[in-house]
Amino acid sequence: MSTNGMTSWAVDLKDVGAIYPFQGSEVLMVILAVVFWLGWHYLQLREEGAEIASEMKGNPEETKEAIDRY
Amino acid sequence: MGDNLSALTTVFTEFYYWVTVVFMFLIHVGFCMYEVGASRRRNHMHTLMKNTMVIPLVTVTFFLFGWWIYWAFPNGPWIFEGKGLITEGAYGGDNYTPWSQKMATNLGDRLTGVFWAAFLLFSWTAASIVSGSVIERIRSGAFWIIAVMIGSVTWIIDAAWGWHFDGWMVKLLGYHDAYASGVIHAIAGGTALGVLVVLGPRLGKFRPDGTARDIPPHNPWLVTIGLFLIFTGFWGFYAACNVPVISPETIAGQITGTTWTATNIYLGPTTLSAITFNFLMSLSGGLMVAYVVSKGDAFWTYSGGLAGVIAASAGNDLYHPIQAMFAGALGAFVAYKMHYWVERRFKIDDAVGAVAVHGYAGFLGLVIAGFLLWGQPSSPYEGYATINPLGNMIGAVIMFLVLGFIPAWIMSKILHGMNLLRVPAKVELEGLDFSNHQAYEAAIRDVTSAEKAMVK
Repeated sequence: MSTNGMTSWAVDLKDVGAIYPFQGSEVLMVILAVVFWLGWHYLQLREEGAEIASEMKGNPEETKEAIDRY
Repeated sequence: MGDNLSALTTVFTEFYYWVTVVFMFLIHVGFCMYEVGASRRRNHMHTLMKNTMVIPLVTVTFFLFGWWIYWAFPNGPWIFEGKGLITEGAYGGDNYTPWSQKMATNLGDRLTGVFWAAFLLFSWTAASIVSGSVIERIRSGAFWIIAVMIGSVTWIIDAAWGWHFDGWMVKLLGYHDAYASGVIHAIAGGTALGVLVVLGPRLGKFRPDGTARDIPPHNPWLVTIGLFLIFTGFWGFYAACNVPVISPETIAGQITGTTWTATNIYLGPTTLSAITFNFLMSLSGGLMVAYVVSKGDAFWTYSGGLAGVIAASAGNDLYHPIQAMFAGALGAFVAYKMHYWVERRFKIDDAVGAVAVHGYAGFLGLVIAGFLLWGQPSSPYEGYATINPLGNMIGAVIMFLVLGFIPAWIMSKILHGMNLLRVPAKVELEGLDFSNHQAYEAAIRDVTSAEKAMVK
């Protein structure tokens, strides 16, 4: 058993192509990658929203102090 | 050098490794900037010099005995004969003693110098990883002894065992660690932890109730640039772990035919394209997860990128890019969570998260590779165990614990017993640079008063 089908290098390299594990699962891996990517945007936007909501609670004096800090 | 093709191959290989060494120099530049940025103003000079002096100390000792260890010890701890399992002395340690003619200007050997230098830069990196975690309280002299220990002894023993085409761990365990998740990162993280357990936290790090205080970096922008430089140097590191071009005839293993190839350190075929795909995808997976899990903290986002690469490095010669991305994502998550759990639970003050980013992510990287590459050949030579989860797990324990944590803990205990490990509390509070600052201020007063006296 081997995750890429090869158990030894007793081969002629001109006859060898892809050597990554789980060949045949490329579409599944791409789907998982897309879910990961879109999930990241969802989580990031949610966190950013919470951060902005928190910053909106600052009073005007704190806002002026922040401006003075440049 | 024989015919024109072999001459060209030799000169290309010589130049290839030379370029990787120059790139890898950026790792050390990055670590120095990173540590200075993370330390407080009153510790800058000592922090900088502590890491800078790793360069000459590890270089000299790596010339004197480090490189010899690599070639002398692949048989492991119980059959030291000075020659490898399969080459029977062709590359034995005798060739790489500091008095060997191969370790000098020699027209008959154009590769030993650049290959030695590539490994030397790995040695600096191993020591430099430890350096950041112990800032602001360790005595420089103690750190430099520990730096020589990991840089020229323990890491290169692990390289002989598990990062050598002849190494016993590869042959017997099927250990696979192409870009050093274990042989550099896990051992360095384990070493840092071994020192930190004895060294203790910085004064003020923990409140009386045991909860941790944050000690913010004095200059986050310097930290950022430092980490960017480490990323850049990491490219050189990856390239340096490969043999750029070699024929099956030269490998003299099981590969048939005449197709030349790039290989990993074990002389197993891979491509520069493969590791470029996988380096970038694992970096990205680590950055994305670290950004979310740390809620956009710059320090941890960058560190998570590193953890991502490190967690995929063991198998980045053979992974699919998406597999590398997920390995990196998991590595960053585990490093972040483990850092704070260990800090809370065991009161470990790792100033830069080195144990987590290098140690835990490196350990995890070996475990992941054992599963994802299960059953694949670990070597182009006959009789080697295939890659498997148990072999890589045992290898991870050897790297992190046996050659990392334990020697560092023992050495730190010895240094502590001799009162050489940590600066006194008063010196820590006033800053390691206190006397430098006093002299600096006195010199300024002296020269400015002299100049003012010249004003008519």
